[in-house]
Amino acid sequence: MAEQPKNFGFGEDETMLRDSAQKFFLDNCSADKIHGLVAHDHNVHRSNECLWDKTLWQQIVELGWTAVCVPEAAGGVGMPLVAAVALAEEIGKAAFPSPLLSTYSATFVLNACQSDEATKALGEIAGGKATSLAVTNQQGSWETTDTDVSIDDGKLNGVTYFVQDARKADQFVVSAKHDGEVGLYLIDSNADGVEIIPDNIIDLTRDQAHIRFKNAHAIELAAPGAGDKAINEAMPAILCIVSADMVGAGEWLLQTTVEYAKTRVQFDRPLGFFQAVKHPLVNVMLDIDRAKSLTYNAACAVDTDAENAEKFARMAKSQAGDMAVFSSSRAVQFHGGIGFTWECYVHLFFKRQMHNQVLYGDAKYHRAKLADMLIGVAA
Amino acid sequence: MSKADNKDTSEQSEFRSYCQDWLAKNHPGRPDVKIPQGALELSDPAALAWLQTWQKSAYDAGMIGCDYPVEVGGGGKTDCQAIANQEMQRAKTPYLPNIIGMGMAAPTIFFHAQDDVKAELLPKLLSGEDIWCQGFSEPGAGSDLANQQTFAERDGDNWVINGHKVWTSLAHFASWMILLCRTSKDDKYNGLSYFVVPIQSVIGNGVTVRPLIKMTGETGFNEVLFENLVVEDRYRLDEVGAGWKVAMTTLAHERGAGPLVTPASGGMSLEEGTSVSTSSTLSLINLARNQNRNGKTAADDPIIRDEIIKLVIRQESMRQNGRRTAIPSLTDHPMRIPLQGKLVGTELNQDMAELAYQIEGAASSLNVTDDNAPAGGQWPLAYMNSFGITIAAGANEVQRNILGERVLGLPKSK
Repeated sequence: MAEQPKNFGFGEDETMLRDSAQKFFLDNCSADKIHGLVAHDHNVHRSNECLWDKTLWQQIVELGWTAVCVPEAAGGVGMPLVAAVALAEEIGKAAFPSPLLSTYSATFVLNACQSDEATKALGEIAGGKATSLAVTNQQGSWETTDTDVSIDDGKLNGVTYFVQDARKADQFVVSAKHDGEVGLYLIDSNADGVEIIPDNIIDLTRDQAHIRFKNAHAIELAAPGAGDKAINEAMPAILCIVSADMVGAGEWLLQTTVEYAKTRVQFDRPLGFFQAVKHPLVNVMLDIDRAKSLTYNAACAVDTDAENAEKFARMAKSQAGDMAVFSSSRAVQFHGGIGFTWECYVHLFFKRQMHNQVLYGDAKYHRAKLADMLIGVAA
Repeated sequence: MSKADNKDTSEQSEFRSYCQDWLAKNHPGRPDVKIPQGALELSDPAALAWLQTWQKSAYDAGMIGCDYPVEVGGGGKTDCQAIANQEMQRAKTPYLPNIIGMGMAAPTIFFHAQDDVKAELLPKLLSGEDIWCQGFSEPGAGSDLANQQTFAERDGDNWVINGHKVWTSLAHFASWMILLCRTSKDDKYNGLSYFVVPIQSVIGNGVTVRPLIKMTGETGFNEVLFENLVVEDRYRLDEVGAGWKVAMTTLAHERGAGPLVTPASGGMSLEEGTSVSTSSTLSLINLARNQNRNGKTAADDPIIRDEIIKLVIRQESMRQNGRRTAIPSLTDHPMRIPLQGKLVGTELNQDMAELAYQIEGAASSLNVTDDNAPAGGQWPLAYMNSFGITIAAGANEVQRNILGERVLGLPKSK
């Protein structure tokens, strides 16, 4: 077993990147501003618009954040995954609507493809092309061999489901079957034969869609039989990125609820005086710290200790998923009546956490996988 | 990736190989007496003597008190205790018996006693020749620790002590005690002072030690009565009235949140005829593989599997928290993770032992004295004993207050 660096690989460059992200979101993305952008209309029958700030996205591209995990050879910065994890944490803390996290996930899948076409696509990501994975079927299966899309003569047919940030992405990495084997294919979001059908989702800070392909010309990134393996190889990194987003959102929920518990007075005392409030808030903190340490450990394993990456990443996603539910439920509960309203910003983070907890498998799913690895497959 | 981030200093690396070498040649081997699960359960003098021999040999070899200065019996090294601990645990050594001495008394004496007292007491503390106990809890001062009623009255260059301490682990073997008591009734916190006092040498002469029996039927802790015990003033730590401040040094180290790393060996399974370690999730998995449930093994039951993996994840998260807290840029408050240590560690142990009941099923009813008890009956025993540590050292409810108030900044609950 490779020995990991004690500091999770979190060196000076990674710290600087994290600090600049903190400043960026502090300056540009207050919860107030995000709420104004994505939650200006509370009508359940509101039009299904994709609400995000493209100017900020342009700034992010100019800051080079899409290039962070693209290898230097492909025109990127080649930083370790912990760098992207640190950024993802800040994005979660701001509940920032952007295709950056989807693009990171796609980056790691493309990396695993090891083809010239994938390297080219990585270069485009470094240049700012938002990319998302389209690898889930109608049942929402997280098994990488499951897809409802077929590929024949370079043409995609069928429907892919639960595609994240679909209307923000410039291109998709699609899993499709040929003779029962899964390959990966790149296609532009505005290519002929691509129909993006937005889902009406609860989380206001992202968008999701299913995409119908009709004889849509796509570029092969990984041949049939190699596609599911590439996704599997990238899965630990994907799980780390989603976990980091939950850690960041969890911290916002904790700190915001703590502030409320210091100021809201009932029975002549601030709420936080009462142990019925104080102790669960401490439990939220314990859960966040577990998730954060496990996420850094898993990211570091992806960078330096590949044989343990899957195990540690499943631990991280499991813990982060449970924490996401707990941190958001306590935040709503302890904000009391106001926490139950649309005007209180807590619901933005609540909805993002509940969306994230199931993305790429919930806590129980990953514990079942871990049990197979650590206890052995059940009789 | 910079490899430098992963490396010991040259002093640490040299010391690490020295420890590995010494341990390979000097591991004490299997005990010839029955050793209980932990030092706080020690009741047989022969078991204590065997463990004291181990501590003395590790001390003489330089692996105990490495980071203390040479003048007080230490090794004069920098950040080497953690290295010694890692290597002693890797070598699966027995635990050290003088845990209250090393974990609480030593750092408190080191930071607050006068120099001649340090030089007098610390060498035999670190070597394990003098066993130490802690006189904090009283019948009326449990979670409300500052409500001390034991009183020290000044008499020239001496103090005369009267009072009643309870839950005093190891007092029946202790040569010395760290004592928190009252020197003024005018102020709850500023009326406290802190002493080190002899126990063994003055039994029947101002001190009475009586055993208390735990819910397991084991002894291990005591009540200690002081009746006009006379103690020299030089054994007072820090100023008169500064007892609460000194006690904070003790408590910080007790919670693993102090500046000095406590010497700790361990990893060897000592229970007779078994290889059970009730602090290991691997042992729990092995137990599940050997217990039947619904015609299969407990390790095949999806709910038991889920519960086991939850604990595996918590154990890994504790390790990774420890790693993260050493990197200041990765935590927003320096005490955020250190103050969690006692809480999460003791609750994890408790939950592991509790799950073992469900894995063992009907056989969890069998006591350690029953030949048919799975794993020698160690898991139910560990479960009962686990309450000792979720209650002691500041009940976990108090720990949650401390975290809520000091780290999250919530208003004080009192």
